[in-house]
Amino acid sequence: MTSFPWAPGFIDGDRPKIVTSRFQYEDSHTLERYLATGGYEGLRSVLARSPHDMHEEVRSSTLLGRGGAGFPAGVKWGLTPDGVFPRYLVVNGDESEPGTYKDRLLMERDPHQLIEGCLIACYAAGLSRCFLYIRGEMALAQERVAQALNDAYAAGFIGKNILGSSFSIDIVLHWGAGAYVVGEETALIESLEGNRGMPRLKPPYFPAAIGLYGQPTIVNNVETLSNLPFIATNGAAEYTAIGTESSPGTRMVAVSGHVRRPGVYEIINGTTTFRDLLYGEEFCQGIRDDNELKAFVPGGGSAPWFLPDQLDLPFEGRLVGAAGSMLGSGAIMVMDSTTDIPAAALTLTKFYAHESCGKCVPCREGGTWLMRILDRVVEGTGTTDDLDLLLEVGGSICPGDMPHAASADLQLEATPFPYKMTTICFVGPSAYVPVHSALTLFRSEFEARVAPSRTRSRIPVTAVGAGS
Amino acid sequence: MARLTDENVTLAKEIIDRYPRAKSALIPLLHIAQEQDGWVTDEAMRQIAELIGVTPAEVLGTGTFYEMFKFEPVGKYLINVCGTMSCALLGADDLMHAAEEELGIHEGGTTDDGMFTLHRAECQAACTEAPCLQVNYRYRFRTTPVEVRQLISDLRNGRLDDEIPPHGTLARVRQHIPADKGVGAVDPSQVTSPPEWITASAEGGAS
Ligand SMILES: Cc1cc2nc3c(=O)[nH]c(=O)nc-3n(C[C@H](O)[C@H](O)[C@H](O)COP(=O)(O)O)c2cc1C
Ligand code: SF4
Ligand code: FES
Repeated sequence: MTSFPWAPGFIDGDRPKIVTSRFQYEDSHTLERYLATGGYEGLRSVLARSPHDMHEEVRSSTLLGRGGAGFPAGVKWGLTPDGVFPRYLVVNGDESEPGTYKDRLLMERDPHQLIEGCLIACYAAGLSRCFLYIRGEMALAQERVAQALNDAYAAGFIGKNILGSSFSIDIVLHWGAGAYVVGEETALIESLEGNRGMPRLKPPYFPAAIGLYGQPTIVNNVETLSNLPFIATNGAAEYTAIGTESSPGTRMVAVSGHVRRPGVYEIINGTTTFRDLLYGEEFCQGIRDDNELKAFVPGGGSAPWFLPDQLDLPFEGRLVGAAGSMLGSGAIMVMDSTTDIPAAALTLTKFYAHESCGKCVPCREGGTWLMRILDRVVEGTGTTDDLDLLLEVGGSICPGDMPHAASADLQLEATPFPYKMTTICFVGPSAYVPVHSALTLFRSEFEARVAPSRTRSRIPVTAVGAGS
Repeated sequence: MARLTDENVTLAKEIIDRYPRAKSALIPLLHIAQEQDGWVTDEAMRQIAELIGVTPAEVLGTGTFYEMFKFEPVGKYLINVCGTMSCALLGADDLMHAAEEELGIHEGGTTDDGMFTLHRAECQAACTEAPCLQVNYRYRFRTTPVEVRQLISDLRNGRLDDEIPPHGTLARVRQHIPADKGVGAVDPSQVTSPPEWITASAEGGAS
């Protein structure tokens, strides 16, 4: 069946595999395969320990959130206010950041691993109900997860008194219905309450404190949770033995665009460089048609762009931040020398303008302005004034210095991440980021597209009778 | 038609029971309505409102926020061609042109026979398989204009009926929580104490 994804990357090479270890099997999504490959062993061992003990194990693993912000999961679980119950787990399976492709694979190919991860999180953090929010457009993922949940209930891994213990929990599968911004955690909660998916203000609405139905709520990404069975089974020490101290374990990274072998790769966190990924034999094997690399987006559509100058940076949040961008959701989009840069930027700006929820003015109006102005520049009817106008409108969404990469050719130094913003969430700034990156790093391509502005003859305003 | 069938009302109630508050079932119930009729009718929205105890305006208010819900009839097959960056870099426009030509409609349109609606969609989380598209949320990866034409002809001739259900049908496998296994949902105001395994562990382990 053609609905089975290709994504050839993850089975090649002999790198350690934590979350994709079962992808090699055709039937990786079934309970039989899961049980035959150590499945639910982590849960068994966790139930023999105290919840506190397991929470400490996750804390010492420094497992970083994979949804975009990279916040340590163990620390997040500890942020719920003391003595307030019930607490909930909301699983973020809304994957829709441009370039991002990993959570869908984890749900389609290894749904039991995710379910086991949810169970471990609920047990350790005292969360008494779990909602698994899957993006609406992912029919196969919904089918696979629904089947896995049904099988796991029947086998006694979910529900009342799991494996004969006092641990009882339901996991409820919830379908989204198409809205990128719902991936933002507070919007996800609004949506789960049956409302329009508009983000809430933080503070006070940090989900760990005031989340679903006003109760403490942990929101975690699908990939984050899929790491927990490994940590539970093998211990934090084995997990931190992979990768670096600040970025342990592995990460799933989707590399798309103009490379020879686009794919989703599970890489060693913190040490693998962009050059390894784009040119390495076990990864993307270079740029297509032997073209030159022009630029790449290192961390999903919201991330400022990198140039070939940044190829030797490792996949490590702090270093990438200092270099002017972010790792975000583990998505690299590659542009070769044939790329029309203003048009490429437009596809992203259009995306964010289209996905604005409309709650804040700078995003709702600014995003649309950016899109329209950029559109006329790309169409060839813009003027040089439009280029300044783009920066001016962007400046009202992100006042002050914008992060950008260094360039030896342009004699430009990096401005580190992050930026300031006038909006509630990152959708507004994300509409500006591609415009800013493209204009800063490839201004000549824009200038070649626009006509010089006519100098407007201004009619002087003078009071009647004044002068003579 | 348009009101939910008895079978769907039973299903709706089963879903509502999973949530601590009924309104949380709003989006799943809209999906059921859309699955039944191919789009979301006013009658269905009124009935959903009754089922979860909100006003019909609230159902419409939430529903219209989400791209997937259609409030007027669309084609039996909704073709969504991804136009975001990775797909755009690898020829998404060519796919769209081929589809427009083959169907004789523009992006956003529906064919006169009600068979096809064509949309440009945003990133479908398949960027490494660009350029891609979905028909009723079933993928076609690394596709070409020639394949798009073939796909449309296959759909027209019913050759893909097994793989691709009519618009509205999402997952064909549903979650069912067996009555004897489920813990059940409780309104948060009814709970103040930690879950049992936390209290139990204070006295020495859950198992
Ligand atoms: C506009 C926007 C969209 C987001 N989309 C997603 C998403 O699709 N999936 C996801 O896991 N996190 C997404 N996030 C991040 C979530 O807000 C949240 O940080 C994350 O789910 C937390 O999980 P983690 O700590 O396990 O990474 C998004 C954030 C923003 C601002
Ligand atoms: S930044 Fe945009 S998407 Fe985010 S809350 Fe404001 S208007 Fe909504
Ligand atoms: S850009 Fe088309 S699937 Fe992501």
